[in-house]
This record gives sequence, C-alpha cells and structure tokens, in this order.
Amino acid sequence: MIDSQLLLLQVTLPLIAAPICLLIKSGRACWAIAFIVTISSFSLAAIVFSYVLTYGVLEYNFGGWVAPWGISYRVDIVNGLIALLVSAITTIVLVFARTSVSNEIKNKNQSIFYTAWLLCLAGLLGITVTGDAFNLFVFLEISSLASYVLIAFGQDRRALTASYQYLVMGTIGATFILIGVGLLYAMTGTLNMVDIAARLPQGVTNRTAQTALAFLVVGVGLKLALFPLHLWLPNAYTFAPSAVGAFLAATATKVAIYVLLRFLFTVFGFNFSFEEMPLDLIFVTLGIVAVISASAVAIFQDNVKRMFAYSSVAQIGYMIIGLGLSSKAGLTASILHLFNHAWIKGGIFLALGCVAYKLGSVRLGALAGAGYRMPWTMAAFLLAGLSLIGVPLTAGFISKWYLFEAAIEKDWWLMLIVIVMGSLLSLIYVWRVIEMAYLRRPDHEEEKSEAPLSLLLPTWVLVFASFYFGLDTRLSVGVAHKAAETLIGYSP
Amino acid sequence: MSALGLYNYWIVIFLMMTGFYVVISSGNLVKKIIGLSLFQASVFILYISLGKISNGGPPILREGVELYSNPLPHVLILTAIVVGVSTTALGLSLVVRIKESYGAVEEEEIHRQDESL
Repeated sequence: MIDSQLLLLQVTLPLIAAPICLLIKSGRACWAIAFIVTISSFSLAAIVFSYVLTYGVLEYNFGGWVAPWGISYRVDIVNGLIALLVSAITTIVLVFARTSVSNEIKNKNQSIFYTAWLLCLAGLLGITVTGDAFNLFVFLEISSLASYVLIAFGQDRRALTASYQYLVMGTIGATFILIGVGLLYAMTGTLNMVDIAARLPQGVTNRTAQTALAFLVVGVGLKLALFPLHLWLPNAYTFAPSAVGAFLAATATKVAIYVLLRFLFTVFGFNFSFEEMPLDLIFVTLGIVAVISASAVAIFQDNVKRMFAYSSVAQIGYMIIGLGLSSKAGLTASILHLFNHAWIKGGIFLALGCVAYKLGSVRLGALAGAGYRMPWTMAAFLLAGLSLIGVPLTAGFISKWYLFEAAIEKDWWLMLIVIVMGSLLSLIYVWRVIEMAYLRRPDHEEEKSEAPLSLLLPTWVLVFASFYFGLDTRLSVGVAHKAAETLIGYSP
Repeated sequence: MSALGLYNYWIVIFLMMTGFYVVISSGNLVKKIIGLSLFQASVFILYISLGKISNGGPPILREGVELYSNPLPHVLILTAIVVGVSTTALGLSLVVRIKESYGAVEEEEIHRQDESL
C-alpha cells in the first residue's frame, strides 16, 4: 500500500518549482531545479504506475472531501501509463534542453523558459491524473498557456505568429471543452468523471448529452490536431525551439488523445459514443484522410522540421483510425501507437535539434552530406525514421501490426491498403532526408562536426527506446491491452 | 413563450457567434483577441444561467428564502474568468512582440512580409 499523496506530488512539485525558477535569474540553476523536479515526477509516476498495475486504481481526495463533492485525483492503468510516458520523455528531453536552450535563448530569458516548461509539465501531468472534468479544463489551460510561451521563444520571428495562431485555435478548443463540461454539469449536477458516467441517463436519446459530446470531441480534436483542425501544428512545431518541438510532439498531443479516450469511454461510455453517435465512422474517415493527405503534404516540405510536423498529423491519424475501429483490438492498437510514437517522434525531433544546433538550419538543402559530417546524429535519425516507417523489429512496426490485426478482425480490407500506403508515403519523405544526408556531397568539403555528447545522449536514448519497444513488447503491448480492457470495462 | 423565456441562452448564442465571427473574419490581430474574449465571455453567461433555479434566491443564507440558486457554476466561472484574462493578456503581449518585429498587426501584411523572405 502506498500513500495516495504521491499522486498529488507529481503535479504539485513542478507547480511549486515554477515560480522558484522565475525568482532565480541563473539559467543553469533553473535547469538544475527543473531537472530534479522532472526526475522526481518521473519516479513518482513510476511508483504510482507499478501500484495501479497490481491494484487497479489509486485515488486522492483533496482536503479529505470525498468524491463527488471534492476534487479527486484518480489514476488507473490508462492514465498511469500516460503520466509515466509524459514524465519519462520530459526528463530525457530536458537533458537535451540544457545545451540546446543555452544556444538558442538569451541567458536572461532562460529562467522564464524553464518556468514555462515546468508549468507546461505540471499542466500535462495534471490533465492526466485528475478525475474531475472542470479541473481537467483548468490544467489544460495551464499547459496550453505555457506552451504558447514556449513556442514564442523560437528564434525565427515566425515563431511569434505560430504561437499566436496556436493561441487563437487552442483557446477556441478549450472553450468548446468548457461548453461540453458545462452541458454535462447541467445534465448530471456533478463534475466528477466517474460520477457523471453513473448519472448520465442510459438507453434514452438525450439531446444535451449528444451536444456535450459533440463540443468535447471538437474541442479536444483541436488540441490533438485531428485532421481538419491541425492547422496550428506545423508552424508551431517548426518554429519552436528544438527542445520544445520535441517536447510538445512527444507529449502534448498524446495527452490530448488521452483526454479524448477518457471522455469517450469513461464518461460517455462505449455504447453512447460509438453506437448512438456515429463517432466510429467520423474517426475512421478523418483518420484515413489525415494519414494520406498529411503524409503527402510532408513529402513536399522543404523544411525538415515541418516535414515531420506534418508526419505527426498523419501518425495521429493512425491513432484515430484505431479508435474508430471501435473494438478492443483497435483501442489496443491506438494506445500502443500513442506510446510507441512518442519515443519515435521525440527521437526524430531531437536528432533534428542536433542538426539545427550544428548546422544552424533544418532546410533540406543544408543537410547535404550531413551523414558524413555528423555520423552519429544522422544514424540516430535514420534509425528513428525506420521505426516511423514501421520496418520490422522496430516499435513502429509493432503498433502498425496491431492496427492491421484490428482491421482484419473487422474485415476492413481497404484499411490495410491505407495503412500500407501511409507507410510507403512516410518512406518517401524519410528517404528524401536520408538521400540528402548520405548520397549528396556538400559543395565544398567540410570537416566532421558532430553534435556534443549532451545532445547526442538523450537522442540516442529515445532512439534506443523506439527499438527496445519493438523487440521487447511485454511492457507496451501488455499494458496497452490491459488499458484497453479497463477503458471498455467502464461501459455498462 | 418557452423560446423567449430562455432569452439568456439566446444572448449566449448571439455573443458566441459574434465573437467567433470576429475571430474568423477580422485580419487585425488585436480585434481577433477581442473576438476571442467575447467568445469566452458568452460561455461565462452560459454557466451562470445554468446555475439559476426557478424562484430560487441568491445563494446567501437568510430568513424567508428556502430555495437557493446553485452557487457552484459561479465559482467555476471565476476560475474560467482568470483563465480568460490570462489568455487575453498573453495574446495581446504576443501581438506587441509581433508588432515589434514585423511593424504590423494586420494578417495580410505579416503574410506578405513572410513570403518575401
């Protein structure tokens, strides 16, 4: 038995450390504080996760007020996994950030940067562990506001317009979520998610609940860059500082997908979401369009960061397809891909961060001969790229394989073509970069200039993880399976 | 009668659509933020309207009142107002920085400058 206060600590530690960082002016000291805090959040998340793996659910009631009256934090295997993933990746990317940020951001602004970083982490973890619908909205806004600030730190002035665009779209999304939560409150008189689920009328058509679901899906869809609502994402990931791009690509959209899962399965229930409302059809259609169109757009990008930002939209498409299959196998594939893709895309963006650090540009032309100049960086990029395509023995293969199986189970053969096509398209854009890096020689012969170890190490850790989870699937597949079972188990 | 009786919801919808329209149609970054605030404010009114109970008094203990309106939505909306204010502040400060580096707050002008690079 562990103390349920540990749950609280993983959110409050970064929340308390954030203003402390603001008071300390030294960038180095702030980094040290941020690192200690994230690594403690990670350890706490690991302890909580190992607990819920054996016992199921861990709850903490604020101020001793029992849920539905008080706000409660509630962790089961699904959000235990997401919290572990988010804190683990944040820790690794933060190691990268120390060198990368001191290169990209002025010394006097670094303490503000780490403050925003910690607030963003607190928000993301808060969204993950809370069991209260309104509290979720508040944490969502904490993490969003912090991420607008983080993006605006980008060196290019277009980072400002990217951040502004994200702010406008993100706020509309958050307001939609607020409306959805309000309608649910009007229906049930409660904000605790489990309690809402118990009080929603079952078996009768209810217009308010349908409207609430529609608002929530669109609102969360904006946050997770669901296909037609993804317009903010490419610019935001491209112009943000390297470390921020990797951080957001690997965590923020994943947390948004978790929010979607939580609302669809725990709050509304499987039957309402997929049988009464035609969400399965909507998700599958949008997912297919996302995979094909975003991958196709990625091929024609000249900026490599932007290329992989579009690739993120496509990969989110796979997760949404898995959801839309509306079966346990599909849900398992979704959660698995969410987990694997976080490592892969984190690895790719960190490798690109190394390139930006050394070459000062991530335009395709600048990468000519990079395979010879920075062999370790480009090797990491190549391996992560293979995993993204879904070559066997990689994590990307495992999740696509499960998506395959889920589609076959439904006899949706057309879906197999879409998945294969998506992989082929990703092969093309990864190949464009590889060709430029290995087969073109730079105009004038330049010496080897490898990125420093402090950047390479975190990159390789993520790349290693994206292979490790392809070989040893006990943790990822086992947990994804259990998580899907838990989510479906909420429905009566 | 019932359609008019729910007049505050009509106000909510009107405000919401006005704000949303300004966000979409205006090319001026400051006006967009104003539209966004209006959009958020309409949701505040929605929440407060939800808390009203027919014939219920304000939620303050006093003699002669048995039925009270629900105070919880008010509390929730206090939090949402804080979030709204910080969003507006952050949005406007971004506009200031954009103005500093582009010398413009019109979307078209900013696009033009980015493309000429």
